[in-house]
Order: sequence, then C-alpha cells, then structure tokens
Amino acid sequence: MNVQFRDRPEQASPVHAKTAIADCDIHPARATKTELYPYLAKRWHAHLETYDKHPYQGMMEGPPYPKAQPNASRRDAYPPEGGPQGSSLSFMQAQHLDPNNVVLGVLNPLATGQGIRNHDLSAAICSAINDWQIEKWTGKDSRLKGSVVVANEDGPAAAAEIRKRAGDKNFVQVLLLSRNVEPLGQRRYWPIYEAAEEARLPVGVHAFGFGGNPITASGWPSYYIEEMVGHSQCQQTALASIVLEGVFERHPRLKMVMIEAGFGWAPSLSWRLDKSWQRLRSEVPHLKRPPSEYIRDHIFWTTQPMEDPERRDHLFEVIEWVGWDKLLFATDYPHWDYDDPSRVLPAGVSDANREAFYLNNARKLYGLA
Amino acid sequence: MTSPIAGGVDCDLHPAVPHLTSLLPYMNDYWRDQVTTRGMTDLVSQSYPLNSPITSRPDWRPAKGKPGSDLEDMRAQALDRFGISYGICNPLYGVQMVFSEDMADAFCRALNDWLVKEWLDKDTRLRGSIVIPVQSIEKSVAEIERCATDKRFVQVLMLVMGDMPLGKRAYWPIYAAAERLGLAIGIHAGSNYHNPPTSVGWGSYHIEDYVAQAQAFQTQLTSLIVEGVFVRHPNLKMVMLESGFTWLPSYLWRLHKFWRGIRMETPWVDRAPQEIVRSNIRFSLQPVDAPPDPQTLNRLFDHMQSDELLLFSSDYPHWQFDGDAVLPEGMSPDLVRKIMIDNPLATYGRLKQSALGHDPEKWNPVFGEDHAQTK
Repeated sequence: MNVQFRDRPEQASPVHAKTAIADCDIHPARATKTELYPYLAKRWHAHLETYDKHPYQGMMEGPPYPKAQPNASRRDAYPPEGGPQGSSLSFMQAQHLDPNNVVLGVLNPLATGQGIRNHDLSAAICSAINDWQIEKWTGKDSRLKGSVVVANEDGPAAAAEIRKRAGDKNFVQVLLLSRNVEPLGQRRYWPIYEAAEEARLPVGVHAFGFGGNPITASGWPSYYIEEMVGHSQCQQTALASIVLEGVFERHPRLKMVMIEAGFGWAPSLSWRLDKSWQRLRSEVPHLKRPPSEYIRDHIFWTTQPMEDPERRDHLFEVIEWVGWDKLLFATDYPHWDYDDPSRVLPAGVSDANREAFYLNNARKLYGLA
Repeated sequence: MTSPIAGGVDCDLHPAVPHLTSLLPYMNDYWRDQVTTRGMTDLVSQSYPLNSPITSRPDWRPAKGKPGSDLEDMRAQALDRFGISYGICNPLYGVQMVFSEDMADAFCRALNDWLVKEWLDKDTRLRGSIVIPVQSIEKSVAEIERCATDKRFVQVLMLVMGDMPLGKRAYWPIYAAAERLGLAIGIHAGSNYHNPPTSVGWGSYHIEDYVAQAQAFQTQLTSLIVEGVFVRHPNLKMVMLESGFTWLPSYLWRLHKFWRGIRMETPWVDRAPQEIVRSNIRFSLQPVDAPPDPQTLNRLFDHMQSDELLLFSSDYPHWQFDGDAVLPEGMSPDLVRKIMIDNPLATYGRLKQSALGHDPEKWNPVFGEDHAQTK
C-alpha cells in the first residue's frame, strides 16, 4: 500500500536488474468520457448524454463511498499529457511496466457496462470496452492482455460476447465483479461459465460492483474503509455461492480467479464450508466432494492487497494452506493501494515459490507458458 | 480428546420457546388477543429450521418438541455432562423478525420474563441474555433497564444480521446502557431477514445462510471498530456468539492494513484494530471451523496472538461436535482453563457478583471466595 506522497522515481532501477513478473491486476482508464464512442452505436451516445448509465446505486457521478484518493489512484500516476491515472499507455509503460519488468500485464477495466440496469446498454458498453482494450492497449503492447467484460446480469448476451472473443489472443480471461444482483453461483450467471469454459478462458471475479443489495448482510455501512475491508466478505459469500450451487460440478474445466479481495480468508472459509457441508450435505446433493476440494482445484487468487501480519511466519503458513501454486502477483496499478513488487514478499521464500508467485502461476493459468 | 474441566462457564446455550403460545401468559391482554385473534404462527427463524441437522445434534433431539425446550435434557446433556458452573442462555426465538416495533417489544418482554420463570428460576447455574426490540432504540434501552435489576441477566443479545450495521451511532444508547449496567453485549449468529442474508443477495440454500454468518460477523466487527464504539465505551465487552473464530487473524491483517492506509477517514479510532479486539471483543468457542488436526488449530491459536479471546461454549443443542468433544483436540491445560473459566469471568462482570438472594460463599462451590464476592 503506497504512502500518499512518497517520492516514487519513474525509473526505480535498471530494467535488467529486476526479475520478470506478471501483474494480474492492472486498471486501464479512459482519458475522456467520449473515448468509448467510436466503439458504440450512435443511439447510445445520445442515450448516455441524456440518461447516463443508470446503475444499481444512486450516484450519477462517482462512487457512493468517496475514495481515499482521486479516482482511487496514486497521485503520482497522472499522465503528463493529462487525463486520469491509468489512461495513458506510454506513461503506464514508463512508470510501471518497464521499470518493474512486467512481462505479462492483465487488464481489468472497471467502470464498464457492468452493474447497469438497462441490460442492452450494459451489453453495448461491455462490447465497446473490449474493442477499446484491443485498440488502445493490447494491440499496441504485447505484454498486455485484456479481460472480456460482459453484461453480467444478462447471461445470454454475456455468453454471446464471450463466444465472439473466443480464440482472440488479446484476451486471457472473462471479467466479473463480486457484487451483482444475486450471488454469483445463481443460475442467471451459468451461461457465462458455460461459454467461458468452452472458450478456455478463466473467469476473474474482481472485488466491487453494485447489484442493488446492501453491501453487508446488515445494511449499508458508513465508511469507505468498511467497503474496502468488506470486499473480502462479499467475495467470500460470492465464492460460497459458486461452490455450493455446483458450478464446478457442471464445469470441471473452469478456473476462476479471485481478484483484489485477499486470499488469507481462503482457508477459514474452506474449513467452514466443509464443516457445514458435513452436516447439511443432504441439501446440496449435487456436490460430490467437500467444498474445499472445489476451491483447491478451481480457484486462483491475486495477491494485492497482500495480507500483512506482524509475523511473516504467519503469512507463510497461510500461503502454505492456500498453495504457493495458486497465487498470482498483482499490483493494482494505478490504484492508491498498489503493492510494490520489490517489497511485497518477505525474505525467506524459496526460488521456486518466488518464481511461481511472481510469474509462473500466471503464465500457466493464462496459457502463456 | 481434550477433556473439559469442572466449573466451566458455558457461554452459549439455547433454550427453546416451545411455541408462541408459550409466551401468552407473559403478554398483556392486548397482545394476547392480537396473537390469538390474528392466528399468528410460531416464530421460527429460517436461520435454524427445526429439523435442520445444524439445529440439533441427533442424539440431543427430543422424541417430541423442539430441541432445547426441556431443562432436564439440558442438564443431562450439557450442564451436568460438561461440569458447568454457569450456563448463559441465549434464546434464539424469532422475535426480532417481526416488522412492528411495538409487537417486537411486547414479544421481547414476554420472552425475557419467560426465560426468568421457566429457566433461570429452575436452575441456579443458569444466567440470561436480555433480548431487545432492536428496531426501537428507546424501547431496547427501556427493556435493558427493566431486566437489568435481575442480576442473573449478564448480557444483552443482538443478532449479527439486522437492519443496520451495529456500529451505527443510532445504536449507541444501547451500548451506553449495557456498559452502565455491567452487561456485555452478545452478538449471535442469525438474521432478522430485514436485509438479504449475504452481502451479495439471497442465496438458494440454508447452508449458504449458515456459512455467511461468519462474513456477517466480520462486517459487524469492522463497523463496531471504525464507528468508534469502543472509543466511547472503553469498558464495554462484546461477545461474538456462534461466530466461528478461525477467520479472525486474516481478517484483522486486512483491516489493519486498510486502517493504516485510510485512518484519516475515521480519525477517532485511536488504537490499532487488533488492540481493540484484544481489549473489548470475545468469541465463543463453538463452532470450531478448522481441520481436526491439532497442529493446524494450534497454528491458528498462535495467529490470534492472544489466549484471552475465546470463551467456552457448547452451543447446545446445535450440532457442532459429537460425543464429549466439546473442546477441540490438542488444547493445552492452561488454555482450557483460560477458555472455560478465566476468560468468561473476566468478560461477564455479573458472573462474579452474587446472585439474587444467595450467599456468595454457598452460591459458588467451585470458585469459592475468589470469584464469588468481587463486585
């Protein structure tokens, strides 16, 4: 997590001195509101000007919980040519990709067409975002790979978008957010999983989104910190739903990535699921194995924001429980709670685990070995 | 197996109300009439469907009636069985689910009076929790004050899933009353179902609701800490009941990291979240959501970095363990003593006080003077 005004030289150290890494959570932004228009049918331009996005929350502009920094992003990440943080490829290359020797960067566009009540508009914006990713990012820097964003509440439209992008090497995963109209295991989302498995794309579930539900099971909290910490609780219940609905029984080849919601909770959630399942398995006869086994076989975790206990042996024990082969390093660039690759992993990790953590797991999962 | 020691405090027992009609004697004419004229049904919460395996251990399920509705059974299966000196009764009858605060108030009063009459008066080991109509702060405070004159009530009971996050300022008069009267606040698993039972909506299955209790406790802990409840009420103890605890270490690592990053948003939080938890928050032992091997569990105890956080509980009659394995494998005798005796007595100030009309010396043969006389 960066300190607000830390001096952060653009070229931290010579490129050759740094180990190659994968960054599995990079957030590309649009420089202007109209940057997407070339990829959107004309009718939507007027629609957006008149009604805007009509999301499952009340704010016309900006998030319901004000962020800790403008655009939730580092203050040193504004591109010199103007525009918000993360909106310039050349500056992203100069500030992040080159100095940190990122050889694989997975783009997770936020503020797309997801979480929009008008599902036609949702599908149109998502498809436009996918075209825009190719045009502005992945087509211009082969280190970058896109995520297929889909109209999350419209299963058939989402599946069609995935099939349209299947086989396109610009994309390495499908992207969903954790908070939707229903928990993510519900059958309205099943067409997404079916199409993703067919296209051999993992499904990434990034923290965030709005689906009309209060963001705790006891209503709306007061503070941004509650929303941020709470992403892990939303992710836990979303994952429990995915497992308990039998998504992985139906789709044995499907992999999923839990993005930016922590991984330290994976063991305790797995134990709780297993213990409850021992008692209540007659309610979910479609599950053939203990829930923890589905998690172990199908789920990967991005690392940022990295769990940060006082004692590093505690961190290592938790990672042992999760599996060194299941973690995907991520910085969350350009967001304010960025994890610095040179600082995130304490000393005392074997070379094999270190390489798996920073690069090899991601290469393997995304088929780029 | 780790054996329980005699004289322990069981912090989570669930006596069951046989039926809504059992509360009629404790209601006034108006509410008796409402219940009967309108044909109101029994208030069983979805959190614990009567025949769900979670709701009762198979060998604790009575031939007829609700699990936990018979004092003789509770004595034989829990109090005597585990050598309990005090057992804290947390009724989970679904009075919080109703939407009218007047009705909730009438039902809570009846429930609390029923608990005194049917349970506390019948076994001197039993202690009670005051169930409150949380929708009305004013009525909740009044009910706390009404019941608190009976020193056998040792805490106020709230559900982990309610109308608003529990740290919200509106609730603070409840916490002020509890602190003033020497009562802990117990927060128990369960929902009033005024909000979806998970933070991402309604799931399909009972098992999802049950698993999601742990996540609800996590968000409530965040709310209680960042809203500043313990800055205002430093002496207030809150007990997370049937919450699970194996999620606590990694949860706190995350909360601590964000607190360091954005504490400017809640500048009144003047201590690290871990410290607040260590001084003000406790957790009941059951359920132990961990693998059966003692090694992993002992690593988890180490991650918790304190042996003062856990309070012994059987969660009777819920099915959390089999046989006499109320304590998980591999706990040291020191930890057993802390969890079963020292930690509960340090948490529930009223357990140390003499009960109504009893000589403290005779009252507590297990602890004698040490624990019986202090105020």
